[in-house]
Amino acid sequence: MTQQSQRKIYSVTEITNIIKQTLETQIQELWLTGEISNYKTYSSGHSFFSLKDENSQINAIMWNQQVKLIRFRPEDGLKVIVFGRISVYAKRGEYRIIVDYIEPAGKGALQLAFEQLKQKLSSEGLFDESKKKPIPLLLKKVGIVTSEDGAALHDILTILQQEDLEILIYPARVQGDEAKYDISQAIEYLNEHYKDLDVLLVGRGGGSLEDLWPFNEEIVARAIFSSKIPVISCVGHEVDYTISDFVSDMRAPTPTAAAEFVARRRRELREGLQDMVKRLRNHLNYISSNLTQRMNNILNSRVFTRPFSLIEEKLQEVDDVFLQIINSVKHLAEMKSYDLKILDEKLKALSPLNILSRGYSIVWKLPENVIIKDAEDLSIKDKLKIRLHKGEVLSEVKETKKYEKRD
Amino acid sequence: MKKEIKFETALERLEEIVEQLESGETGLDDSLKLFEESMELVKTCDEKLKEVKKKIEILSKKGEKLTPEPL
Repeated sequence: MTQQSQRKIYSVTEITNIIKQTLETQIQELWLTGEISNYKTYSSGHSFFSLKDENSQINAIMWNQQVKLIRFRPEDGLKVIVFGRISVYAKRGEYRIIVDYIEPAGKGALQLAFEQLKQKLSSEGLFDESKKKPIPLLLKKVGIVTSEDGAALHDILTILQQEDLEILIYPARVQGDEAKYDISQAIEYLNEHYKDLDVLLVGRGGGSLEDLWPFNEEIVARAIFSSKIPVISCVGHEVDYTISDFVSDMRAPTPTAAAEFVARRRRELREGLQDMVKRLRNHLNYISSNLTQRMNNILNSRVFTRPFSLIEEKLQEVDDVFLQIINSVKHLAEMKSYDLKILDEKLKALSPLNILSRGYSIVWKLPENVIIKDAEDLSIKDKLKIRLHKGEVLSEVKETKKYEKRD
Repeated sequence: MKKEIKFETALERLEEIVEQLESGETGLDDSLKLFEESMELVKTCDEKLKEVKKKIEILSKKGEKLTPEPL
């Protein structure tokens, strides 16, 4: 049997304190990796969860000051790396790790936060194309939410100063933990007090992911989504994409680009209007010259310029017909005269005058001029015309004799 | 009060008219009517485009209130 005096008997508190001391001095600060389970945040703001791997698990606590600094959402199943110290909670006889810092394993906390918020807002429909408001064609009043002394404001104003625009700047911090409140308040304020703004440019110049972070905050995203005034987000450089870009009505790659968009829209509108006036004028000219042409065609037609020309033409036609008739007649006449010649010759052959050449004569009684074939038709003193082969003889009847018919 | 025609509406109508006229399918009478209308629209658009007065202001805190001041 062991002697009483040899036995060292601890009270629970004593041994707990020894354990506590041993643990807390042996293992001071450490990095630890594991998977989150049973993650809970209480109304106090403190978070309680476990970290585990295949075989073991350890409880973890994160006080509210640290919880507030977490950008991403610690979820069950998420692999994380934490930094902290082991602590023994005497009251419960528990050891746990007090977490001072937590980051997702494998990727950056901001990267994860970005993805988580993007996923969340996307599933709520905040990025839907159908929810996006069109940027008005006519931009007259532009609101700007950015830092008063940042590069973005300078860049924007350099371009917009050249345009006839009303510009209202709401100075807001765009960096640091408070920036998200400034930006979302600015958007809400302008919506409430300056409803006639045609568009809001919300953004800042380039910087680190950390610098641009306010534009990845949920409160800013929701303010942009709720804005009745269309919002153009313009954050950082071309390559930077923020949640604000997704939720806004339009993303401009940079503040300069946003200003250029506004200026271009006004310029194009002006030019478009001028172009249309030009087209209208051209068409009016076309129509009027077309009308003039038609009028001229009518006025230049011969009826107006040479009223008699038509008649002249008709006369010419008549002339032509006459000429044709004349020609035909001439032709006919020629034909006829040719015929007559033949006929003449034929007739001549038969002509009694031809017989005269053979010594016959023809006797006419004058003044009746009738050919006498019978002496009984004549009386004394009748005047006669005698046609010889060559020439004529006028004579008087002295005597008539009658020949007996021999047959 | 005369009914305010929206800039976008006026511009759309103007584009429509120009195209209609350029199609050459409108008669003389209709063309002239369209011209008349288009001139009104151009005037409206032009006025709206020019009615803005150039100014740059920044909101600054005066006590609890924000007031716009020239930059």
